Amino acid sequence: MNFDFTAEAPKLMMLLYGVIAFAAVVGLLLLVLDVLPARKDRWIALGLLAPAGLLLLVGLVVPAIRTMVLAFMNADSSEFVGLENFRWMFTDKNSGMLPDFSTTPVQYGVLLSTLLWVLLVPTVSTAVGLVYAVMVDRSRFESFAKSLVFMPMAISFVGAGIIWKFVYEYRQEGADQIGLLNQIVVWFGGTPQQWLLDGPWNTLFLIVVLVWIQAGFAMVVLSAAIKAIPADIVEAAHIDGVTPWQMFWRVTIPSIRPALVVVLVTISIGTLKVFDIVRTMTGGQFGTSVVANEMYTYSFRADEKGKGAALAVLLFLFVIPIVIYQVRLMRRRRLEGAR
Amino acid sequence: MASNRQRRLLAFSGAVVMALTVAACGGESDNTANDKLDTPECAAYKDYTGIAGETVTIYSPIRDAEAGLLEQAWKPFADCTGVKIEYEGSGEFEAQLKVRVEGGDAPDLAFIPQPGLLEFFAKGGKLKAAGDKTKTMATQNFSPDWLKYGTVNGTLYGAPLGANVKSFVWYSPSLFKEKGWTVPTTWDEMIQLSDKMVAAKIKPWCAGIGSQDATGWPATDWIEDVLLREQGPDVYDQWVTHAIPFNDPKIVAATDRVGSILKNENYVNGGIGGVKSIATTTFQDGGLPVVQKKCGMHRQASFYANQWPKGTKVAQDGDAFAFYLPPIDPAKGKPVLGGGEFVGAFSDSAAVQSVQTYLASPDFANSRAKLNNWISANKGLDVANVSNPIDKVAVGILQDSGAVFRFDGSDLMPAAVGANSFWKGMTNWINGTDTKATLDFIEGTWPK
Repeated sequence: MNFDFTAEAPKLMMLLYGVIAFAAVVGLLLLVLDVLPARKDRWIALGLLAPAGLLLLVGLVVPAIRTMVLAFMNADSSEFVGLENFRWMFTDKNSGMLPDFSTTPVQYGVLLSTLLWVLLVPTVSTAVGLVYAVMVDRSRFESFAKSLVFMPMAISFVGAGIIWKFVYEYRQEGADQIGLLNQIVVWFGGTPQQWLLDGPWNTLFLIVVLVWIQAGFAMVVLSAAIKAIPADIVEAAHIDGVTPWQMFWRVTIPSIRPALVVVLVTISIGTLKVFDIVRTMTGGQFGTSVVANEMYTYSFRADEKGKGAALAVLLFLFVIPIVIYQVRLMRRRRLEGAR
Repeated sequence: MASNRQRRLLAFSGAVVMALTVAACGGESDNTANDKLDTPECAAYKDYTGIAGETVTIYSPIRDAEAGLLEQAWKPFADCTGVKIEYEGSGEFEAQLKVRVEGGDAPDLAFIPQPGLLEFFAKGGKLKAAGDKTKTMATQNFSPDWLKYGTVNGTLYGAPLGANVKSFVWYSPSLFKEKGWTVPTTWDEMIQLSDKMVAAKIKPWCAGIGSQDATGWPATDWIEDVLLREQGPDVYDQWVTHAIPFNDPKIVAATDRVGSILKNENYVNGGIGGVKSIATTTFQDGGLPVVQKKCGMHRQASFYANQWPKGTKVAQDGDAFAFYLPPIDPAKGKPVLGGGEFVGAFSDSAAVQSVQTYLASPDFANSRAKLNNWISANKGLDVANVSNPIDKVAVGILQDSGAVFRFDGSDLMPAAVGANSFWKGMTNWINGTDTKATLDFIEGTWPK
């Protein structure tokens, strides 16, 4: 793989044009705003917001509305079918969304798996990150210990999926195990297992991967929050003869609550979108599928655009409460800050 | 107001730059690239004129080593005509092609291995009908049976490229020789042989159906092959077009017969594990125990020849070879299940049509076949250019007008079934779901 600049020249030129066009648009905008007469401030605000607003409209608002319309249409978007796609989702057992305990193996369903992800990943990641942050705080190896946990953050989800797929790899009993987990099991005298095959455990094994990635994020944010706790509070607590346990629950946790909430909310939203890990490791087979994976499968592989769009809308509905909570929190904090 | 002048200056320079950009954009149209069509070694390509300097992009599911061989095969053509072929292979071709086409980023040509997908794009008005030259080239070189699969509503959209014959069972000739086993010629003989292997403490069958997001497809091939043998091509066609339901008793019978092998703990999964290990083993790894002599037989297409480890001798007296999956009912003839890619065009420029025509020509078929491990249903393909013994057998089957040829059924069904629920259903079936529940599920997902 050698990078040939002459071969890439068209792309680089395109990039250059893009940058120049951007500068030109901004320049033109400023020029126009400058020569405009009266009520300048309002025009300037409008003019400066317009490019961002336009891009948001084209890239976010229009596709979102289009997806919502598609959710009420049939597979090839040629006619409206009302709530049919949602009826299919929640009543047709072939949709695989709801648990079905009559089958062998038991189908836990996409909704239940997704719920498991959303409940476990934010809480476990935050808990692990918090405990780790508290434990390494002001220790001698703090920065080294932190970078160890933070490093998985730098790996893409697909990369992490591939790595962990190898960790879970299975070879039959007696053969050389190439998966780390099974090798450990064999060392302790156990029989190798197919970790990714049987529900509901396989979903838990996938969840471990995301926790592994997100714990680093939680740890860094919470560690910074812990360091920001005013020294006088900590000192006062020490003078009052606080035990480490009391210190943690009565001083640290209340002081870093805003940071905790931000971490939980951010990871929750990220988890709802989880797709890469599931797709890389199991392809959504063996009952490990989640809403985002189903959405992609129906939209782009099965020619069922209506169902795919309906799944996207469902995902959107799941995210809304979290977003509302976060917005309200932010607003309240701004009010407190203003006081 | 001092900043006012500065701002005006900045704005002015911005506008000037934009004007320059527009001027620069219009300035490059003359192409200096030349073809070499007058040279003697390029005589074969003399008809492909006037495409020098053009670029044709190809998107395909063929990757890695096989992709390199494709590029090597059309290199003489590209060098002579001066056309630049940009090839890109993807492991998620089926899904990504749709994303790209819908996003307005369609490749010029795509090697589409699923007639259903080709039909989807053709009906959606995305594919361009094959040009006259391509059409002439295609009809000269391919049988109507094959062209039928590249034709939608009477219009030819793509000529076939490569082909594969799926009705093969791989085995280790040296192991067979060692144990005194012979290649079975009927289904019953094959089952008797399986029992002999069990008695000799060798698991007779191995399989793997893992294939990223396409996990499950090798099991669908099993069902198709057995159905074609039990019921013949007519029932097969009815099943593919949904003239009979997916959970028809005939399909149940065929699936159960496959189950008598794939879901039989005594028979599988040689060298890998139990029945369920079929679901987690990739199809690439599924047959490897054959050369390790830990597994007796592996049903997989001719293209599995590319999967054997380096140094494996693929020959009748070597480490790995394949026999034709024997018929069940002699009255149903010798059915052959197969597949192939079709070269569809999303653009109709002269260069794209030339490349499309060239890819349908015997020139290309022979050029690629010489590089090993590749065959085509192209009638102009000279068997002498095929070095691999298994490919020779396959070419013989493809060029024989007597055999009953049928395209891989899951590639012909609607994508909601053929590229989703059939795969998913078969994966669950391997993982323990019974035949009836599996087929009922797939029937329930057939688009109404």
